[in-house]
Amino acid sequence: MYDVYEIRKHFPMLDGTKKMQGEDLVFLDNASTTFKPYEVIDAVNHYYKDITSNSHRGDYDLAYEVDVEIEKTRKTVARFINASSHKEVVFTAGTSMSINLIAYGYGLKFLTKDDEILITEAEHASNVLPWFRVSELTGCKINYIPLDETGHITPENLRKVISNKTKIVSVAHIGNVLGYINPIKELADITHEYGAVLCCDGAQSVPHIKTDVQELGIDFLSFSGHKMCGPTGIGVLWGKYELLQKMDPFMTGGGMNAKFDMCGDVAYLDAPSKFEAGTENIAGIIGLRAAVEFLESIGIENVANHEQNLRKYFMEQIKDIPDLKIYNPDGATGIITFNRIGVFAQDEATLLNSKGIAVRSGQHCAKILVDFLKDVATVRISTYLYTTKEELDKVIKELKDGGDILDVYFK
Amino acid sequence: MSILNNQMMREIIMDHYSHPNNKREPNNDKYQSIHMSSDNCIDNIEVFMLSEGDKILDCCWTGIGCTITTASTDIMCDLVIGKNKKEAEDIINNYFAMISEEQYDEEILEEANAFANTSKQAARIRCATIGWNALRDIIKNEEK
Repeated sequence: MYDVYEIRKHFPMLDGTKKMQGEDLVFLDNASTTFKPYEVIDAVNHYYKDITSNSHRGDYDLAYEVDVEIEKTRKTVARFINASSHKEVVFTAGTSMSINLIAYGYGLKFLTKDDEILITEAEHASNVLPWFRVSELTGCKINYIPLDETGHITPENLRKVISNKTKIVSVAHIGNVLGYINPIKELADITHEYGAVLCCDGAQSVPHIKTDVQELGIDFLSFSGHKMCGPTGIGVLWGKYELLQKMDPFMTGGGMNAKFDMCGDVAYLDAPSKFEAGTENIAGIIGLRAAVEFLESIGIENVANHEQNLRKYFMEQIKDIPDLKIYNPDGATGIITFNRIGVFAQDEATLLNSKGIAVRSGQHCAKILVDFLKDVATVRISTYLYTTKEELDKVIKELKDGGDILDVYFK
Repeated sequence: MSILNNQMMREIIMDHYSHPNNKREPNNDKYQSIHMSSDNCIDNIEVFMLSEGDKILDCCWTGIGCTITTASTDIMCDLVIGKNKKEAEDIINNYFAMISEEQYDEEILEEANAFANTSKQAARIRCATIGWNALRDIIKNEEK
């Protein structure tokens, strides 16, 4: 039995005291970031209060303990995404840095002007701009897998554009605007037929649905801690070990080299260490483990199920509201994107803000998707494991009431 | 307290949002312009000013914005057309003072008084000032 009210007790942001515009806070921008349970906050504090010392400095017990904590986190993350080895887990600052690491470490090293990278119009800026940069620096082409008329990415459409020139296919597991679960396994199989690698942006999937890197058959997976109840500034790049070993580091410095001399000869450590130059975000790493353990204690399948139930409830309740355009009525996740006809998205978001409801308006960092949606901006609500029907009821009420967008200005 | 009541303010804003009379392309290339876009919303506008010596002959804008951006920019154009630059700067300074809840002269802001409540909606200050920032920069650039 999924007890959302029991789960909420773990979150100080949900303790009932948080207000926005004088109203009880309803946080529905979870695709952007998520609240942290006490378990995560305590784990971060534990590092600062009880075991502060640097990693890779094993001359004394305290530092050794930190190394153990970091490697324990690697193993916990590996278990969570079913990686075959914890050595495939690289700590980064988040999804953006993870994808940049692939772009600079793999893309720049192996792509030439005759090669091609395939992405889609639905990608977040983090999964577009690093590839634009690779194109700029190597001369390789960027092409797009066409979306079908409902905004889905299909294996058939990948087949239409992929060729022997394709070296990298990079797509989100779940898009951050439409929230569709993409057929990653099929896309990866096709990609491999052409000898290319499949980079999967897991920012919206790892926190919400079971993400098994071996079952998906992908080559790289990027995700962020803060979107899955973890701290900000910590994320993961998972990669197949042989690919990580082939890649160049994109930062160099302490903690990633085995030796170097005055002639400039350097020997790097093996992956994952060679990608983790400088002092790591140790508190973030320890907090990330607490976040993964928290999700495991609830069960990620249960989280996915809860969000689907919320979505069904929401869609049922709003189906008779006139002038409401839903862009992803058949979405499978907690992301629901809409506009009230005749109301500018940001004005709608401001109206909801005035009722204490946090939603996102705009292009959601997927600026090229606008061409597909044919609307310059949309409103997005996104749920998480602690979202309740009562919270959705508040949104539904506002959407039913309509509300004058200028009310907020004159209340 | 503003010289306008809430109902008047609403009507002014909605009127300029529905019919932004200064939202138009400039008809010659003598206009000075500045493009403004926002990193956290989709406001994306360009403000144009045509001057002769010290006098502002025309002011207009193009682009995409929310209700507040659209109306505030459009009203700004109305207020400065026909003024000299010093007068325009005075209007702009008073407008920013109003947005920051400082002392300001209501009389010279005319319809722009409709935005007197902006400070209560912190997330919208950017919308109410994006066009005004553009015009302020255009005038400054011309004075250089």
